[in-house]
Amino acid sequence: MAEAIISANDVRKQFGDVKAVKGISFDVMPGEIFAFLGPNGAGKSTTIKMLTTMLSPTSGKLMMAGHDVTKERDDARKAFGIVFQDPSLDEELTAYENMELHAVLYNIPKLIRKDKIEDLMNLVELWDRKDSLVKTYSGGMRRRLEIARGLLHEPKILFLDEPTLGLDTQTRNLMWDYVKKLSDEKGMTIFFTTHYLDEAEAVAERIAIIDNGLIVAHGTTKQLCKQTNTKTLEQAYLKLTGATPRDESSSSNDGLNFKSARRNKMLR
Amino acid sequence: MEVLYVLWLRQIRRYFRSGSRILGTMGQPILLLLALGYGIGAIYRRAGEGNYLQFLVPGIVTQTVLLSAIFWGIIILQDKRFGFLSEMLVAPVQRIRILLGSAAGGATISIMQGIIVFVVAGLFGFRPYNWALVPLAFLVLIVMSLALTSLGAGIASMVDDFQGFQGINNLIVLPLFFLSSALYPLNDVPTPLRVISTLNPVSYMVDALRCLLSNQTHFGLQKDLIVMAITFAASLYFAVTRFHKIQM
Repeated sequence: MAEAIISANDVRKQFGDVKAVKGISFDVMPGEIFAFLGPNGAGKSTTIKMLTTMLSPTSGKLMMAGHDVTKERDDARKAFGIVFQDPSLDEELTAYENMELHAVLYNIPKLIRKDKIEDLMNLVELWDRKDSLVKTYSGGMRRRLEIARGLLHEPKILFLDEPTLGLDTQTRNLMWDYVKKLSDEKGMTIFFTTHYLDEAEAVAERIAIIDNGLIVAHGTTKQLCKQTNTKTLEQAYLKLTGATPRDESSSSNDGLNFKSARRNKMLR
Repeated sequence: MEVLYVLWLRQIRRYFRSGSRILGTMGQPILLLLALGYGIGAIYRRAGEGNYLQFLVPGIVTQTVLLSAIFWGIIILQDKRFGFLSEMLVAPVQRIRILLGSAAGGATISIMQGIIVFVVAGLFGFRPYNWALVPLAFLVLIVMSLALTSLGAGIASMVDDFQGFQGINNLIVLPLFFLSSALYPLNDVPTPLRVISTLNPVSYMVDALRCLLSNQTHFGLQKDLIVMAITFAASLYFAVTRFHKIQM
């Protein structure tokens, strides 16, 4: 059996006395499209941040493409690309300048830089707008540019944190077609989160569901349905995580909302 | 090395694309030159203290750098709030290089602003007493910009919201300016004010410039330069440690 390209072993993260992630373990295989689902504040973002070296786990071990994420940080960083939940482009720069900056940060040789940027921007159909400032781009164009940027250093793994949030159906379909192509043709591993369960059901080969900082179920859609005795992923998901909405500032919080949660707590 | 260069270039590009930023930070020093240089200049002369403009301009150049450098920190805050910092922080580049490249850009902008005010002051009638010392004054301007940009970067790394940054700005920039030797000679001021001004590192920056441009000094150039070096080291240390503490 092939070795996992991402592997988490009893990973925990604690902010003060708030336990955001309470010991999760999972493996993602090379070339796999893996969906990471969970309600707001379940620990999704914290997990992604730990995987992408933005946060260090309190305990546990995270391996990425053979590198220990906390000890060989830069090697791990070269192995993945990421499309963040929130936009992360410099709006005051042009699209091309954003790509160029990324290429330098990832030490892509000058000789091939221009061609690679052109290829990728053609791929996401933005090359003819390369010299426009990003602030003139629409939401969908920005997302496409972010995907192109995330692929520039040829990562083995692509993280997509709620990549389709706020996109129209056309752009969304286009994006997933493209992501699937990347996985099929280049063998790229895709790790994504989403709140749209139909998306996860259609695209993901394997799914893990996290709730209250613990992985409550993982497997293929079929396995999850069978396990919960339901027909669709959405039903399985609701059965596993409960039907009531989450208060984002409840005691279990991800890193993103941690500060505002703490603030709210103090106000109460 | 190229990483530092592109991060520097990013700051410069942003600066030249934002006309309002250039105007915004230039408005105040020109207003000060006009109001104080001409308004108070007459009284200053009558009091037998000589040419106020010669005294004032080094102070206004310092104020320009102070304002522009601390205000530059807002870019770090923007990057933090609008996500671009995440992109930089997950890249296989040490944080310190991200900070240094960006801050070098910020300092360059401050230096340019300082030079513009120097030139504008020339239109108002300001003349350096010895042109041969102007390059040395330029070096002082560089160190000053680097120190104050670091301070701005450190502050911006600590705060999370724009209102907070504005507040701190007012709390830091205005006292640093008004309670320094920028506007008045320290010889005849009441003791408490003199003590505060003597503790204010900005006073030494002003004094160094004034010594080199107008041949007037309160502390002496040697002391000025020592204090500036210490201030630079301390604010750089402050910026690096604070920037390392940022968690996205």
